[in-house]
Amino acid sequence: MAFAHQFEYVRPGDLQGAVEILSQAGHRAQVLAGGTDLIPWIGEELLSPEVLVDIKEIEGLAGIAQGDRQIRIGARVTFSELIDSQLIRQRFPLVFEMALAVASPGIRNRATLAGNICSAVPSCDSGPVLLVHQAEVLVQGTSGERKIPMKDWFVGPRETALQAGELVTGVHLPVPEGKGDGCYVKLGRYRGEDLAQASMAALVLPDDRWRIAFGAVAPTPVRASRIEAFISGNKITDEVLAEARKLIPREIAPITDIRATRRYRLHMVQVMLERGLRATQSRRETGSPPYGMKLI
Amino acid sequence: MKRTINLIVNEESWPVEVEAGDTLLDVLRTRVGVKSPKVGCERGDCGACTVLMDGQTVRSCLVLAVEAEGHRITTVEGLSKEGLTPLQQAFIRQNSFQCGFCAPGIVLAATELLARNEHPSEDQIKEALAGNLCRCTGYQPIIEAILEVSRGGDEDDV
Repeated sequence: MAFAHQFEYVRPGDLQGAVEILSQAGHRAQVLAGGTDLIPWIGEELLSPEVLVDIKEIEGLAGIAQGDRQIRIGARVTFSELIDSQLIRQRFPLVFEMALAVASPGIRNRATLAGNICSAVPSCDSGPVLLVHQAEVLVQGTSGERKIPMKDWFVGPRETALQAGELVTGVHLPVPEGKGDGCYVKLGRYRGEDLAQASMAALVLPDDRWRIAFGAVAPTPVRASRIEAFISGNKITDEVLAEARKLIPREIAPITDIRATRRYRLHMVQVMLERGLRATQSRRETGSPPYGMKLI
Repeated sequence: MKRTINLIVNEESWPVEVEAGDTLLDVLRTRVGVKSPKVGCERGDCGACTVLMDGQTVRSCLVLAVEAEGHRITTVEGLSKEGLTPLQQAFIRQNSFQCGFCAPGIVLAATELLARNEHPSEDQIKEALAGNLCRCTGYQPIIEAILEVSRGGDEDDV
């Protein structure tokens, strides 16, 4: 079926060309990468852009590049590429685990990490994981490049700090000092295309500092700073978990929607926090359970 | 707004005139005349419209025809040009499909899996098929057929 809404399609060959088109078109343009959100949203008339700017032929946006203190994931990099990357698997196993939890192979072959955070639905899988990694979003505009810290990126459901005319060129992930372990726990109704009913990412650093974030239980993915402060420096024991669970209602604000009720989400986040923290602790001490194993 | 693009479908060149908003699925079915990709949910949930693009499964309902320009598109019509593949033969032996609406998508998803991993486990097969819905079979005869190929294609082992 062709779309009722008609638009123009352009495929610039370089970054400068893309930014020029975007700055001229402003809100009338949408950036097209994998299209797995954008195309159905146009079909459902949630969006009606006048021009789609396909960035898939811009060389500079491809690939995963390793720097001394960070890696750069280009805006064209798909979830399948993240899963297949030895660099990601070895240095950022939490990103590997998250990418495996995204939809199914046919979607992951197209959908990009950058697109996922640009769509910015509250249940996006990348959000909690990029928050605990303290990633930065690389943004190009006509006046140059700027970096937006992940904590400032999500503004509301489907709203980000990106301004009209700007293009996300990639994501910087700081390489953790020493070996960090973590987990991504995703609750869904079934395995496959389902969006998260609730999700949690945890990362523990070598000095026992913890970072924790939740998805699909607030208007945006959120860091859980009270829980982080409480458990940092502590061993994960039954008593610590019991106290940490009590902090959950202060960290999240879930709603009832088509995928789950508020009450169910509040309950399951407790279960997920407990399993996730125990799994992370176990990974740190024994290397098991392996990354990619479903934790709930 | 119309433009002419050259699609490569099952190793044949197809010059077609399209609008920017025409999906690959629509162009394959109505212009190229390849009918194995099915119109299902049209939002990427069901997997019935799956095709291979440069060897990777994609949802052709989520790809614009203009995006497919210059890429190799393969459907089951192209897979079976030289006769049925061992995978397709295993699907027949295991009576894997009933109505057949999901079959093209599942054949291609399993083809991609086996190209990357000749001996997938049951869990890996389930993961590869997670985005392909089937309302008839309960999936078991589909998984059995792929396992048969994974084990080496000898039906006597099953």
